[in-house]
Amino acid sequence: MKRIVIHEEYCIGCHLCEIHCLVQHSSSRDIIKAYRLERSHLMPRVLVEESGPISFALQCRQCEEPACIEACISGAMHRDERTGAVICDESKCVGCWMCIMVCPAGAIRQNLLGTRIASKCDLCYGADVPACVAHCPNEALTYEEVGEGR
Amino acid sequence: MSMRIVIIGNSATAVGAVESIRQYDQAAEVMIISEEPHMIYSRPLLSHYLAGEIERPRLAYRGADFYVKHHVAAVLEDRVTAIEPDAHRVHTASGAEYAYDKLLIATGGQPIVPPTPGQEAEGVFTMTRLLDAERLLTYLRTHTVRRAVVVGGGMIGMKVTDALVKRGLEVTMVELAPLILSAALDQTASQMLSGLLRQAGVEIHTGNSVSEIGARGGHVAEVALKDGRTLPCDTVIFGVGVRPNVELARQAGLRVNRGIVVDEYMRTSAVDVYAAGDVAEAYDLVVDMNRTVAIWPNAYRQGMIAGAHMVGVLRPDKGGVAMNTVEAMGVPAMSIGYGNAPEGEYEVVTELDAPRHVYRRLVVKENRLVGAILVGQIERAGIYTGLIRHRIDISEHRRNLLSGHLSLLSLPDQYRKHVVRGVGIEV
Repeated sequence: MKRIVIHEEYCIGCHLCEIHCLVQHSSSRDIIKAYRLERSHLMPRVLVEESGPISFALQCRQCEEPACIEACISGAMHRDERTGAVICDESKCVGCWMCIMVCPAGAIRQNLLGTRIASKCDLCYGADVPACVAHCPNEALTYEEVGEGR
Repeated sequence: MSMRIVIIGNSATAVGAVESIRQYDQAAEVMIISEEPHMIYSRPLLSHYLAGEIERPRLAYRGADFYVKHHVAAVLEDRVTAIEPDAHRVHTASGAEYAYDKLLIATGGQPIVPPTPGQEAEGVFTMTRLLDAERLLTYLRTHTVRRAVVVGGGMIGMKVTDALVKRGLEVTMVELAPLILSAALDQTASQMLSGLLRQAGVEIHTGNSVSEIGARGGHVAEVALKDGRTLPCDTVIFGVGVRPNVELARQAGLRVNRGIVVDEYMRTSAVDVYAAGDVAEAYDLVVDMNRTVAIWPNAYRQGMIAGAHMVGVLRPDKGGVAMNTVEAMGVPAMSIGYGNAPEGEYEVVTELDAPRHVYRRLVVKENRLVGAILVGQIERAGIYTGLIRHRIDISEHRRNLLSGHLSLLSLPDQYRKHVVRGVGIEV
């Protein structure tokens, strides 16, 4: 399956990935409407890690043996049959935060803005290229077929 | 002829086993035998169901097509009464007999009910199975129930209490130990959660126990406590804990301590017989010994390991980490590994912000994190769990990590690369 690859050396810390992630997961998919009308219940599923001059954008790493699927008590966290991506079915999630307790990358966040749900990257379900990758101005994120033993 | 795998049990461990068997093998015949009549449901969600937060269909842990999709023959509402390890055969209560090539015992645990005079009264419940939750909900609907006594201030007692408060009941919690959640939390965290429960109107009696249940007209009317007090109440729920269901294994002559003794592939002392989940005594990497730890992630993972081995795939268990999450009045708390390790023997770093209900306790031994307790702020807690699980030397970055500044940029380079790539790490 395709995965998002992080290129730390190219990240300029602009946070555009976070903005476009939020827009992509809004119902309008329009940056102005998303920020004006929908922002109260939306949060980005990508996070820019920063420390001094170093930064990189982090989203779910699509682990080979996902600890979040093991730990999920509701069955919400699952591997999508079609794409193989690890995805949270938000209609099943009860917000127990077991997945947050086990994700080694800290890539799952509490979304307390609407109903309590675990919020994570879904690789922009169905899209050819995830929004964070498509809008990264410096190719600090790429979307590639990466096999075992990377 | 294809191999036949029989699984006794129908919860997280069984699902983990089935999913891993089918990842590697489509030919094996797989049979699940379960005493309960239900499709696979999530026991940890029962408190959410009891609280009225979710409807019954959401208890389903996997889709209704799970058995069909994975070619599993499900024998429900039947109970395995005996295992014959030499003959590779199990017997059930209905008189059926099933031969197996490989057997997985995933019988879980059953609630501990301390023998209490009056416990046969109407209105006394336990809370581990769907049937228990349905019985309690029916009782709440058909009787005037205002006051509940919850026996047990551990994880189960806590979840039941939280649920009943959300239903609008007046709840009294009775715990034998001097503190609630003492198995998972330290004194500070425990007192923070008791404080939150009390704010929500919960009465808590620690260092105490129910010595007798009094009934009127056959229904619960009051409990007498060890200290002589009497509490009027309309229902009593035992949430003391669970003990492993080891009887079948013991009768079959398997090696059993508190749980069924297993190796890193979940093999028991009998050939072709595996045990996994709450019933198994598997490796805990934090305490560096085998023990029973009744938590969902371990149950699922051990099921996967057993299932893989049954079809010839070696995925040795690297060990589990005891952990749990609990919530009191909307404030989440987590206990990971040996979070309540005593100071002195271990290096302990704490930070408390009482007005905001935020607390962090990190436990370090020989430059490695071995435990964490988090109250209030739980964002990115899995970074701590990863450090514990992989026994990462944190000396390089200890100040950042221990100050609660959780970022992948605070991790040792080599480990960070593994996390970022999402691949397993061999340490």
